[in-house]
Amino acid sequence: MEAKEIYLRLEKQFPGKVSNFKGEVPEPYCSVSPEAIVETSRFLRDDSSLKFEVLSDLTALDWPKEEKIQVVYHLYSYSNKSQFVLKVDLPRDNPKVPTLEGVWKVANWFEREVFDLFGVIFEGHSDLRRIMLPEDWVGHPLRKDYVEQEEYDGISTQRAPLVEKLLR
Amino acid sequence: MKPLINSLPETVFTTKVDQLLNWGRASSQWYMLFGLACCAIELMQTGGPRADLDRFGAVPRATPRQSDLMIVAGTLTYKMAKRTKLLYDQMPDPKYVISMGSCSNCGGLFQLAYSVCKGVDKIVPVDVYVPGCPPRPEALTEGLLRIQDKMMRERWLVRPSRSEGDGAEA
Repeated sequence: MEAKEIYLRLEKQFPGKVSNFKGEVPEPYCSVSPEAIVETSRFLRDDSSLKFEVLSDLTALDWPKEEKIQVVYHLYSYSNKSQFVLKVDLPRDNPKVPTLEGVWKVANWFEREVFDLFGVIFEGHSDLRRIMLPEDWVGHPLRKDYVEQEEYDGISTQRAPLVEKLLR
Repeated sequence: MKPLINSLPETVFTTKVDQLLNWGRASSQWYMLFGLACCAIELMQTGGPRADLDRFGAVPRATPRQSDLMIVAGTLTYKMAKRTKLLYDQMPDPKYVISMGSCSNCGGLFQLAYSVCKGVDKIVPVDVYVPGCPPRPEALTEGLLRIQDKMMRERWLVRPSRSEGDGAEA
């Protein structure tokens, strides 16, 4: 199924909840409003002609100028060999979105990763804690305004840089 | 007067106790089987048949409690740094540390990353730094030989003075 058709199906099913379709890119995407992401995902998974069985990736982008954090869901259908991308825009100061754990179980770890590195709160998540960084880490390092601590747990994080030019 | 060694039968040789201990230690450095990143592959190569660290009596041990030498091979993250310190503390004295590769020397390629410790010498004392990314087995073998040199210079029977510069008689 073409990406345009998928989008039209979504628009018909959830009027006003999906927007910004872009199809002339390698991975076509559209925006979904945060409160509709669970039902949209469930529809994409369960519909007999769409059949997106797999959430192949879940990640996020930080846009400091637009004051938003964008959570990105990459879906794949093994049955139809088709893919589609959903994007959800969240306010940067209070990013909250419902969890997709009930739709695709794999979202559990993906969401923990996005929480770890971006600080996005996934509401309803069963076990939302850091997955890669130590539990006592301060801050969310993939945010653009992240400032590294002077030391971590008594270990100095400072060293005379060997590659001065690369420092931003 | 004849040298002492020539007056004894051929099966006897003389040495100093310190040197005998050092020779024993230097010829059986058991290193901890412990790798953090791609340098660990090169560490395995060094233990393999071509470079063959076994020639120097260095064999890998799977526990820090039986090891004399820690070869920190790879990128040290802060999360791992705590564990590395714990492993080092579990090793019995005398213990030595080789920092293998750019990453464990100074953070290397990843030193601007938020999660990477800027050198293993921030957490444990390092005896030999081996440069390279990753170092070839020959380079690591050379590092091991430098550790042997350092071991051969140790003096175990002399009590170390309590503080620097108080009393020359030690």
